[in-house]
Amino acid sequence: MAVCIAVIAKENYPLYIRSTPTENELKFHYMVHTSLDVVDEKISAMGKALVDQRELYLGLLYPTEDYKVYGYVTNSKVKFVMVVDSSNTALRDNEIRSMFRKLHNSYTDVMCNPFYNPGDRIQSRWALLPVSASSPGGPYFLCPYPVQVGPTSCVRSSPGGPYSCVRSSPGEPYSLCPIQSRAFDNMVTSMMIQVC
Amino acid sequence: GQKMSLSVLESMGFRVGQALGERLPRETLAFREELDVLKFLCKDLWVAVFQKQMDSLRTNHQGTYVLQDNSFPLLLPMASGLQYLEEAPKFLAFTCGLLRGALCTLGIESVVTASVAALPVCKFQVLIPKS
Repeated sequence: MAVCIAVIAKENYPLYIRSTPTENELKFHYMVHTSLDVVDEKISAMGKALVDQRELYLGLLYPTEDYKVYGYVTNSKVKFVMVVDSSNTALRDNEIRSMFRKLHNSYTDVMCNPFYNPGDRIQSRWALLPVSASSPGGPYFLCPYPVQVGPTSCVRSSPGGPYSCVRSSPGEPYSLCPIQSRAFDNMVTSMMIQVC
Repeated sequence: GQKMSLSVLESMGFRVGQALGERLPRETLAFREELDVLKFLCKDLWVAVFQKQMDSLRTNHQGTYVLQDNSFPLLLPMASGLQYLEEAPKFLAFTCGLLRGALCTLGIESVVTASVAALPVCKFQVLIPKS
């Protein structure tokens, strides 16, 4: 449904930008870039208005002849920009809001991933890190969800959770496989998959 | 040595604080000023992590805030009074980082220190430099 989705950090550089591969990517990058001005305008307008109601969802930023651009800003000033095909008139405001909510949830999960450094690009890749007791700078495993370690070889902390722990063989030290933001990527794919 | 391990603990707390700062304010709408963010720390963050609210928040309205907890859960089981005063910083380093991390995600650079006069009362001092 969405043609392009971008996550912009609070310093206004892109953390994640993805568009449907059939189209000219540069065009979408440019559209996202220009929409940032509109986002900033809306945020400062909200700041000046003395209303109690401050929304995270910014709504339609600007329409072009082929596309519509929507925006959303989180409490930590991270912006989400979504470009949607104009011909898809069946898409209602509620649906866009729920898509942004799902994006926000996935982004929060990425932040909670202990292997993700805030400010890095959100990438999806596998890496096998040997963890030994003697490595002092080793990744610290701070888990916000309860993790159950059983006799099986692979355990996930929560469905689609940010990381999993693989045991190479009984008695050997654990090897950690950080699934960096694979869940985030999958979420975005599911939102883009039904392009008309 | 001691200093190294305290700063490592603090940086761990910082990372966790950054994640919590993203996850906790989700339902509440955007904060309008610094004081709102501090109030959020005292209420929502403290309740989420320690199941109780901060007991008092004082400020000089110039970037210094003192958060006081009269029965800090990490110090409560240890002792009551002046015993183990030297050991207390080890338990507070992570929490200082937690506060600093949450503030950082919400857009505020700060320096957080903790002090204990008598267990289990402890004070967290948040200094926000004026830019």
